[in-house]
Amino acid sequence: MRPKHKMLSHLKYAGVLAAAISAVILTPVSGAEQSRTVINRITESQYANIIADVFGSDIDLGGRFEPGMRQDGLLAVGSSRVSVTASGMEQYDAMAHAIASTVVDDAHREMLVPCTPAAADKPDDACAETFFSGAGLLLYRRPLTASQLDAYVAAAHIGTEQAGDFYEGLSLSLAGMLSSPMFLFREQRTEPDPDRTGQLRLDAYSKAAQLSFFLWDSGPDAQLLEVAASGAIHTDEGLKRQVDRMLASPRLESGLRAFFSDNFRFSEFGTLIKDTIIFPKFDPAVAEQAREQTMRTVLDVVMKQNADYRDIFTTKRTFLTPELGSIYNVPVFKSGPNGSPDQWQPYEFSEEDPFTGILTQISFTALHSPAGRSSPTFRGKALREIMMCQEVPAPPGDVDFTLFESGKDLRNATARERLALHSAEPMCAGCHKITDPLGLALENFDGLGEFRTHDNGALIDASGQLNGSGFDGADDFADVVRDDPAITSCLVERMSSYAVGRSAKDDKKDWIKGLNADFAQTGFRIIGLMRAIALSDDLYTLSNAEISTAAAK
Amino acid sequence: MSNTMTRRKVLRGTMNGAAVSLSLPFLDCFLNGKGSALAATNAPLPVVFGSWIQNLGINPGRWKPETLGSNYVSGPELQVLDPFKDRMNIYSGMNYYLDGKPLDTHDTSLEVATMGSIPSGADADPTIDNIIADVIGQRTRFRSLEVALNDSKKSWSRRKGGAVNPVEPSPAALYTRIFGDDFNDPNAADFKPDPKTMARRSVLSALTDERKDIMRRVGSADRERLDEYFTSLRQIERQLDIELSKPAPLDACSVPGAVQEATPGASVDSLATNNELFGALLAHAIACGQTRVFNVYFDTMTARKPGLVRDFHSLTHEEPLDPDLGYQPDTTWFVNFTMDVFARFVKRLDDYKEGDGSVLDRTLLLWQTDHGYARTHSLEDLPIFTLGGAGGRLKTGLHVAAVGDSTTRVGLTVQQIMGVPVNTWGRLSNETSRPFTEVIA
Repeated sequence: MRPKHKMLSHLKYAGVLAAAISAVILTPVSGAEQSRTVINRITESQYANIIADVFGSDIDLGGRFEPGMRQDGLLAVGSSRVSVTASGMEQYDAMAHAIASTVVDDAHREMLVPCTPAAADKPDDACAETFFSGAGLLLYRRPLTASQLDAYVAAAHIGTEQAGDFYEGLSLSLAGMLSSPMFLFREQRTEPDPDRTGQLRLDAYSKAAQLSFFLWDSGPDAQLLEVAASGAIHTDEGLKRQVDRMLASPRLESGLRAFFSDNFRFSEFGTLIKDTIIFPKFDPAVAEQAREQTMRTVLDVVMKQNADYRDIFTTKRTFLTPELGSIYNVPVFKSGPNGSPDQWQPYEFSEEDPFTGILTQISFTALHSPAGRSSPTFRGKALREIMMCQEVPAPPGDVDFTLFESGKDLRNATARERLALHSAEPMCAGCHKITDPLGLALENFDGLGEFRTHDNGALIDASGQLNGSGFDGADDFADVVRDDPAITSCLVERMSSYAVGRSAKDDKKDWIKGLNADFAQTGFRIIGLMRAIALSDDLYTLSNAEISTAAAK
Repeated sequence: MSNTMTRRKVLRGTMNGAAVSLSLPFLDCFLNGKGSALAATNAPLPVVFGSWIQNLGINPGRWKPETLGSNYVSGPELQVLDPFKDRMNIYSGMNYYLDGKPLDTHDTSLEVATMGSIPSGADADPTIDNIIADVIGQRTRFRSLEVALNDSKKSWSRRKGGAVNPVEPSPAALYTRIFGDDFNDPNAADFKPDPKTMARRSVLSALTDERKDIMRRVGSADRERLDEYFTSLRQIERQLDIELSKPAPLDACSVPGAVQEATPGASVDSLATNNELFGALLAHAIACGQTRVFNVYFDTMTARKPGLVRDFHSLTHEEPLDPDLGYQPDTTWFVNFTMDVFARFVKRLDDYKEGDGSVLDRTLLLWQTDHGYARTHSLEDLPIFTLGGAGGRLKTGLHVAAVGDSTTRVGLTVQQIMGVPVNTWGRLSNETSRPFTEVIA
């Protein structure tokens, strides 16, 4: 094997690091009695991010992902329940092979395979070992054990013999690595906590991964792995330094995007349809832009300005493309300052413009409406469930629709008229009074999110009240929503559950109480909340209740 | 499982990069569940099971024949299926029982329809297609195929524990999956196992032990999830094994031309187009021995005519009854449209000829819906149909009724016909041990 001295790819560095780790630190014997593990399947974005981090962002994934499961409002929590079905496995397998063949192809192998085999058509176990120990450390988020490394080298050996090509054999074995549960699942591996007898803490590598998936939505980078290897991650100082480094990095944006995309249920964009005749301005590109608009709005508030989280509901500042401009009815020109081709322009709505905050943006109004019209009920329900963590019961199965058969054809009534029957009828009112008044505040925005003053010829009345505070129109409504304490407590509950990978509200009540107090004290700043979560012991310990839940049944 | 070992031993003996043309010894992968027929020319072909689920049902009073038994006269909404009456059964009078659990409209009822029970967390039962695929789907390249006529992403094919088999909404993608590079034409003159596939198979074997390591560390709930993962992995291994073995010739198998990408969507045009494309593809896939179990989910909730504010679901609740007609006119337009879609799918299976018969003759296609009357979310008197001859195992042309029983009686009947060794199916009030013996041949 001739070591390469060209560009020191991080894979080669990872290989060096892996060798150093195995030389100095004894890989702890994972006796089944000592090490308890709880697993979460990695999400689509985490998969893509890890591949981009390890092999470069030009690698095409070439496959589809199985849908996740949403639990307690988050796909991140549902990832602790899902497995891999046969068709899901087919896709993972196809992606693994696509990625692995790209990694070893002529265009990439010099950069990504840190050594050259002695002969291109014969096995070279030493080179394979270098490759797998480096790649494995980054892909598995911990060093490969001796037996794992042997297995991958042996598999590459077999593959090379059968295929007659070293790189082919290497890629087949790498594909195996990419469909292994060690890659597809995040393992929260525990060990006894030396500071608290009887308690379990995440081991150093699981701790690094927990932190990295939370803040950067990807596996730990080489520096974080080093800190894990040395054990410094278990010290207050060591952890703090890494948290600060990661919060200051531009990569924080990935973590924030992943969290808000999950929390705001943007996965529903995948199935959003609008009637093309009623809403001709809608198409999948517009849907994508609407999603991005809200994401940029939120990031601007919480990351760039590091402002109060609640400002996302009242901000007049957003970012638009020309297509979105036509829906919001404002002029947006294609080229930016100095003739740059960037289609995204910052735009600030005036006080007279009706668009205030993210609830009046298409990503909320259009996403939570059926294909042909608006829906106060859907929007009110979405607001309750997504922003306030309040459950809205499902409709009863025995709704008597003949109640609405009073001879009146309801098709032409405004939404408020139609829904008035919902709130008059006691059987319906229980739930509809939770949802409808909120959604009616947004009736000035039609099913696509465009502003209108009239619906079916009748002037829209967008007044109402929430928890005793009255409002008239979306602007007022935004202020009332902003002041609702459920908005911030919900955010804390969700972000902490997201970070932990399981619902935190039952098992970690005290922690959440403390985080809520912190959040308020620091002016509801998201970065501060992330820091508080990232530095909490609760993020890195598993209670006995949680272990036994995973072990139960 | 002894036959699988035999095949592996044969393959191991000849695998070493050498091009081989294997003519495998007689294996029972070409037998049906009763072990009495061969998948070769002039002999009965394996029986196939299909599950068709659509929402919103049809109108009470406009489908059920007035008489029981044979020679029934269909109601107006079923007349579109009359061309297949000789291979159709109607099952009426049955209910979905909730046993006090809340009704998640359009969902809970379909859980009873497909699983025989209402799932609670990780203890969910598998859906009927998976129960059947466990018995008859082990030796085809695809254990089962799941498609959706629109892009709703919802699937009614679920494994034990709630894992969902995702649906394929794109006919073009399904084409590539079945008839793309990994397809082995059963009628091809010579067969050479692909060396790349052989290498893949070997590498997969070499890594099996390493992957199991994680099982030692997880608790039992996580172990169940990983069992699911390993089951899926074995399916990949099996697929590779099948790709490495020479398939038996199938006279009627013809490879379809490439399918163009169709626009997914809920408009009636998209639904109709995708239905035709999927029907044709599945017929080819069955005739070429690629699968014996399939699922079609026809999510009719959002079906729409472009320009109309209300979709099918909204209409069922918001449109008033026409006092002269006695039903909701626009809603019924959609009812007729969806039944026409189903009839065209059945026609696709019937149009594909195999010897003296058609793919439909050896298929048992089970049609179910979510409510007896969508307007009131009724769980009573569900319309249930089977289409297809099931290779002679089903007596057809019959209307049978079982007023007040759970719909699981049909599911139990179907499972027994497909060779699943069960005597009961379903839980609580949906548990039954009485199949419709009148339709079992």
